[in-house]
Amino acid sequence: MAEFSQSRVDPRERIARRAAQELRDGFYVNLGIGIPTMVANFVPEGIEVILQSENGMLGVGPYPLKGEEDPDLINAGKETVSELPGTSYFSSADSFAMIRGGHIHLSILGALEVDRHGNLANWKVPGKMVKGMGGAMDLVASARRVIVAMEHNTKSGAPKILDACTLPLTGSGVVKMIITELAVIQVTAEGLELEEIAPRTSLEEIQRLTATRLIVREPIRRIAI
Amino acid sequence: MMDKVFDSFESAVADITDGSTLMLGGFGLCGIPENLIAALVKKNPRHLKTISNNMGIDGFGLGLMLEKGMIDSHIGSYVGENKLLEEMVLSGRINLNLVPQGTLAERIRAGGAGIPAFFTPTGVGTVVAEGKEVREFDGKSYLMELALTADYALIKAWRGDRLGNLVYRKTARNFNPMMATAASCTIAEIEELVQPGVLDPDEIITPGVYVDRIVLGTVFSKRIERRTNRGEN
Repeated sequence: MAEFSQSRVDPRERIARRAAQELRDGFYVNLGIGIPTMVANFVPEGIEVILQSENGMLGVGPYPLKGEEDPDLINAGKETVSELPGTSYFSSADSFAMIRGGHIHLSILGALEVDRHGNLANWKVPGKMVKGMGGAMDLVASARRVIVAMEHNTKSGAPKILDACTLPLTGSGVVKMIITELAVIQVTAEGLELEEIAPRTSLEEIQRLTATRLIVREPIRRIAI
Repeated sequence: MMDKVFDSFESAVADITDGSTLMLGGFGLCGIPENLIAALVKKNPRHLKTISNNMGIDGFGLGLMLEKGMIDSHIGSYVGENKLLEEMVLSGRINLNLVPQGTLAERIRAGGAGIPAFFTPTGVGTVVAEGKEVREFDGKSYLMELALTADYALIKAWRGDRLGNLVYRKTARNFNPMMATAASCTIAEIEELVQPGVLDPDEIITPGVYVDRIVLGTVFSKRIERRTNRGEN
C-alpha cells in the first residue's frame, strides 16, 4: 500500500494492521485488551486463525449486532462477543491448561514498558490503584510466541522501550517482538534489533524516542501495511 | 430420596457464619451467583474471606458485600472495576491478595482434586515469586503454588437436577466448575430445574457429587459490563 494512504490511518490501527501480518494459517491466538483486540479486524485474506479468550472460549466471533448481546457471552475484556461455527467453551482451569501447556501459538498484548531483555511490565503502575494482573502473567510465561503491540511512547512522550523496566514485571525475558506505529523490533540475545521503520520517519528519530540502544542491521525495511 | 433442592436463597445460605471462607464463581459479572450474593448480603455475616476472580462492580455482585463491610480478605486476579476497593486497600480495611488468573484457577482445581501444591512457570522473575519455592525442571524455572479450598462455594449454573448435576451456559462457566469441587459445601443457583435423566449424561459438566445445595432462581438481572456491538440488526 502507498505511504500516502498510511498518514490518514490512526496510529493504533497501523499497529494492529502490522501485527496482523504475524498471523499464520492454523494459529490459535490470544489477543489482549486495546490495540491487540483490533488485530482481529485485519486477519490477512486466505488465513484462518482461531481466537482464544482466557475466560473460557475458543473461536471468538465478532461483536454481536445490536439487540443480540448475550450477558453469558463475553471476552476477557468483558465485552459482549458472538459465537462462530466450531466455537467451544470450557472452564478457566481448562483455559489456562491450554495456555500453560503451550497450545496457544501466539499471544499479542499491550505494554507499559518493554526492555532490551524482553522483560515486560504491563500490570501495575506505582501510586495508582492496583488492578491485578488478570491472565497476563500466565499468557506471557507460556504462549509459544509473545508479541507486544503498543504505541512507541506514552501520551506525554516518555519512552516505553527501555534498557531495563522500572515497573513491576509481568514476565521476565518473554517478549520476542515489539510492534509500534514507528517500528518493528526483534528481541535478540544481543539486544533489540530494529527490523522495519515506518514511512516518513528515520533511524535517528526512532532512536531518539527509544531509551535503549537499538541494533541496526542494514538494510532496514519500511513497514508496509 | 436424594434431594438437594432448597426452596429459597435465604435458607441455602442460612448457616454461613462469621469468618467463613467463601469461593464465588464468575468472571466479571458473567456467571456470578447474584441471587445467593443478595441473600448473603441480607444475612450479613462478617469477617468473610472471599476467593473470586473479580470483586464485582460498585453496587453489584461482590461489590455489595464489600460495601456492607462483610469482607476481611480477598484473593482474586483482577479487581480494577471497583473504586470502593481502592479506598479500602489504601486504608487497610481489607487484605487483598492478587494472584495470576491461571494460577488462581489451578489452585482451586488442585484444592478440589486432592493435590496440595503444584509447580507453574507463571510469575517466575516477578513479585509473584517472592517467598515461594522455585524449582528447575528440564532447565526451566517453576514456582510452587498451594491449593485453595473453602468452607462454601457459591456458584452459578444454567440447568441442574435434584441430584446436583449441572451444566453451564457459554462463558458463564468460567470459575464455577472448579469452585464446585473445592468447598466443603457447594451451593449452586440455577436458571432451570429439570428431572434427573433430562440432562444428557455425556454433557454434564459438574457431576452431582460435588454439589450440596441447589436453588432455582426466578429473576436474574445478568448485567453487562461492556455492551459492544458491530452495528444495527
